[in-house]
Amino acid sequence: MTFLVDLLAATLRNATPLVYGGVGETFAERSGVLNLGIEGTMYAGAFSGLAVAFATGSLLLGLAAAIVVGVLAGALMALLTVTLGANQHVSGIGLTIGLIGLCEFANRLIFGGTELVRIDPFPALDAPAALGPLAPIFSQYGLTWLAFLIVVPASWWLLNRSSFGLDVRAVGENPEAADAAGIRVGRTRYLALMLGGALMAIGGAFITLALLGSFTLDIIAGRGWVAVALVIFGRWRIMRVVAGALLFAAVYSLQLRLRILPGFGEIPFELLLALPYLVVIAALAVSGRNVAYPGAYLKPYRRS
Amino acid sequence: MLPIDPEPLVELRGITKRFGHLVANDGVDLTIRRGEVHALLGENGAGKTTLMRILYGLTTPDAGDIVVDGRPIVIRSPRDAIAAGIGMVTQHFSLVRPMTVAENLALGRSSFRYDEAAARARARDASVRYGISVDPGRRVGDLSVGEQQRVEILKALARDCRVLVLDEPTAVLVPQEVTALFATLERLVADGLGVVFISHKLGEVRAISDRVSVLRKGALVGTAAGATDERELARMMVGRPMTDLARRGDAPIDVDRPLLRVRDLRVTGAGVDALRSVSFDIAPGEILGVAGVSGNGQTELVDVLAGMRRPEAGSIRVGDTELAGARPSQIIAAGVGRIPEDRHASLVPDLSVAVNLVLERIDDFGGWARLDERRIRAHAAGLIERYAIRARPDDRLATLSGGNVQKVLLARVLSRDPRVVVVSQPTRGLDVGATEYVRSELLARRQAGSAVLLVSEDLDELLALSDRVIVLYEGQIVGEMRAEEADPERLGMLMAGRAADHDGRAA
Amino acid sequence: MTLGIRSVRAPRWRTLALSTPGLVLTALLITFLLTAGPIAIAGGNPLSAYAEFLVVPLTSRFSILEVLVTATPLLLTGTAVALAFRGGYWNIGAEGQLLVGAIMAAAIGQVAGLPQILAIPLMILGGAIGGALWALGPALLRVRFGIDEVVTTLLLNPVALLLVNALLHGPWRDPVSGFPESPRIVESAEFPQLLERSRLHLGFGVAILIVAAVGYVVGRTPAGLRLRAVGLSPHGAKFAGIDVGRTLLFTALVSGAIAGIAGVGEVAGIQYRLTSGLSPGFGYTGIVVATLGALSMPGVTLAALLLGDLAVGASSAGRALGIPSQLGAVVQATLLLVTIALLAIRRNRLVGSAIAPDAAGVAADAVAADMAVSPVEADEASR
Repeated sequence: MTFLVDLLAATLRNATPLVYGGVGETFAERSGVLNLGIEGTMYAGAFSGLAVAFATGSLLLGLAAAIVVGVLAGALMALLTVTLGANQHVSGIGLTIGLIGLCEFANRLIFGGTELVRIDPFPALDAPAALGPLAPIFSQYGLTWLAFLIVVPASWWLLNRSSFGLDVRAVGENPEAADAAGIRVGRTRYLALMLGGALMAIGGAFITLALLGSFTLDIIAGRGWVAVALVIFGRWRIMRVVAGALLFAAVYSLQLRLRILPGFGEIPFELLLALPYLVVIAALAVSGRNVAYPGAYLKPYRRS
Repeated sequence: MLPIDPEPLVELRGITKRFGHLVANDGVDLTIRRGEVHALLGENGAGKTTLMRILYGLTTPDAGDIVVDGRPIVIRSPRDAIAAGIGMVTQHFSLVRPMTVAENLALGRSSFRYDEAAARARARDASVRYGISVDPGRRVGDLSVGEQQRVEILKALARDCRVLVLDEPTAVLVPQEVTALFATLERLVADGLGVVFISHKLGEVRAISDRVSVLRKGALVGTAAGATDERELARMMVGRPMTDLARRGDAPIDVDRPLLRVRDLRVTGAGVDALRSVSFDIAPGEILGVAGVSGNGQTELVDVLAGMRRPEAGSIRVGDTELAGARPSQIIAAGVGRIPEDRHASLVPDLSVAVNLVLERIDDFGGWARLDERRIRAHAAGLIERYAIRARPDDRLATLSGGNVQKVLLARVLSRDPRVVVVSQPTRGLDVGATEYVRSELLARRQAGSAVLLVSEDLDELLALSDRVIVLYEGQIVGEMRAEEADPERLGMLMAGRAADHDGRAA
Repeated sequence: MTLGIRSVRAPRWRTLALSTPGLVLTALLITFLLTAGPIAIAGGNPLSAYAEFLVVPLTSRFSILEVLVTATPLLLTGTAVALAFRGGYWNIGAEGQLLVGAIMAAAIGQVAGLPQILAIPLMILGGAIGGALWALGPALLRVRFGIDEVVTTLLLNPVALLLVNALLHGPWRDPVSGFPESPRIVESAEFPQLLERSRLHLGFGVAILIVAAVGYVVGRTPAGLRLRAVGLSPHGAKFAGIDVGRTLLFTALVSGAIAGIAGVGEVAGIQYRLTSGLSPGFGYTGIVVATLGALSMPGVTLAALLLGDLAVGASSAGRALGIPSQLGAVVQATLLLVTIALLAIRRNRLVGSAIAPDAAGVAADAVAADMAVSPVEADEASR
């Protein structure tokens, strides 16, 4: 029972950065742009959040800084892929390499790269004692609550029930038709990428500002790539992407707990750590077969 | 009926547009009045579509002015065009297929919330107001082409357009649907709408238009009354009298020993049967024409015969070889030449002409460790001369004109002396010269004893080239007749899925 | 038919390759302008920093050889990526394939008693097989089920690193020091030095041979023509009877094998053991190299040398000017982004002027041709 409660609590916690990242990537891809800059954007969110929080002593300012950085990263991706129509794979990888390099450069410059900089992270919110043994499940960080109770439903609504969402889906499916209908294709894609970038950066900042309270190299460790996989697994639907994030986080949290169980000590923990990645690939192999990509996926739009 | 010279709604003055060395529009002037149907007539590539894309903001002109209601305006995007009261139905519809009709009608209307129920109600209102019936809740991808066209027209009207541009609206319709479209247009025009009707079909243009403007090679030849004599319009459009197609002397056809035998072919696409128990034979020296409105299984039939798609059931035999489900390489080896409608996708546009000409048989041009580039070039030079292709062996295929691309495909296929030829829309988008050339090559194949399957939406072409015609409707063969006995009206009925008399059924 | 039109009609890849050096020079200039800010913030003089980055490494025998040493893995990963992209297979997993190749080299290299003449070819072969195996899964998923290889190859990169760490913290932990490093490979397995008093090892020669071989195969053989045709137009290739699935699989495996050999070079030529810091992202840098080299082999060679120069310069700038050497990665990424931006701008001008709107399909193909083709378009054709 404790094990299960503990596992559920950890699942929600570990799913949080993936939910932000996955939902952010969903907006980008629904508008027709594969944003492989996600890994770097999450990295930059994690670093800038911590650096600003450390400098100002305010976690909220740190979060705000991460959001600004995420929006800028999204705008840069849009400049490359929307305005110029450059190759999306290479733009995204370049953005990731550049942002990670920039963060490590700044980290070295600001913090000397020697001592680990620590801040007091966001505390987990206490759950009402009335929940008894289930309380740990609900004792989560504010950003986790925000993700599941506000960001996910709001994103779902935005994508499926708002005019903006209709525009995003239209430009991602058939930009020519969207253009002919009077939608500003470029502007819509910019907005989707900037909104997506902000969400990705919050996902990264969650790790430094809430989970760890510090910044280490390779802090994202492929979570961005996982988010991209989850979006395909979720077939570009917010709720399915979130379900995928929970699945990944559950496996991730499970392997953390398996390590301390007798009998699992023999297995190198790195192999257990690799398990969630393999589960995502397996999930893709099962559910990602011949899925229908957004019609304009990877295609720049340009009037003649 | 109309005032002699009412205020023009829209004036185009001196519109010029170049694409590289190609002049698509050369100083074109055009006026569109309230309550008229103004036909824009011209051959493929004459610049009709470009001119109207400029009016709708989809293409930026190099020079020229657009005047609406007497005031010059700048149209930078379809947004501006819509605001100026201009609507356009593009030839390949501008609809988002996975979305519902209501969603498509709501596209581009800025508001905060999108309410599907309200959008459906608005769609129904518009449907009633303009007398164009659509079902707001259905997915556009599930609609027939005619229904999609109605959605497009309604979409433009619902934004209060005063000028509606229709780009080749009848190309995808059967004759009966055309009649219905014309009735709708006449009603709308009576209410004051100005309609621009792009076409290259003389009969239609005369039937519906008040005025006709003819474009040739990007320039305006002139504007005439809609009732102008057909020959006169044709002369304006082509610049010379049109030649009639003529088949050369009929070789005897040995019907008992068909080269291509297709039996009970079934193809499933998107959950529904795209082809249902399709069976036919083609004898040596015979051209079998396939008639039908696009989307009734022609694409699937050609894809299956070309090896680009696996049939669910059925048999395709060429001579003694079973080819149902075979790979393209096996089909090529069996002596089947394929010339599908999508030429660019069937070649590799970014490789050279020479390489494209040998792509079906790379291994004949070098061992595994080396390509014999000299022979590849020499081979290309030979075919370029034989098929009068205007290109050099090293030219990138993508830089060729449509007619020359088609000739490359033709040369690649026909130079191998195929026993069976499968060809779809062979002359679509080609100029007159290339069209005549392609048709004569197909007839030469027939003369040489090949079995030819010809799919074409151009009924005149189909009837002129074919020995026999079958009609596809919803994936089934609904009629068969000898070409010389076929008349367009009966074909139209069959293509529209109306029950045929038993002559048509007798196959 | 003026001369101007003829120049547009030249084959795309030749146009690219011919004018790309000029474009890369422009990109370098813009990159330096853009990165002047960070350098100034770090307290350096941008001009002397650039001199340190690009020129200083070329001023001494030692540092020139270091440039070649650093360029060695980049030549291989760049070739691996360029080959894959030319074939329309988006292998973003060169990093993982390199690591698995390194694991294989470390495993084979620990076997005592093999003569050099056997040990070295065995290690190279083993590394190639390791890299190809790591590439096999994503390639099969792509060819059989149409699952986007971008995601699967990416996801296998952290997995490969975890595999390395599992070995280093587990069975291969150094028994003496307890450091997470594999045991040293035996002497007969070490790549010989190509020159006295340098770290330039056999791997550089192997890399040059492989680059030349790939250049020949892609450009001059039937297999290479199939690969290019599939990369440029999967549908057109399938239509012409080319087995698209098999060609993609071939492309993916060869690409993975080459990346695996890059890992062998680092183990057998530099570190003589497996370490977790073996690759500072050589696989990802391979994407930069391939792009800067316009996917052509001469281009890849130049780009690898340029980035090797930059990397050596960045680390010496770190020591000489106190600018964190991480700036190297920033300059590299900026150079990449500026280059693809310039490529896109140039292509837009070409497309806008040479192709009519009715040929929208052609325009899309031209876009794809700049960087091979998208996986989505190829899915259908690969089955």
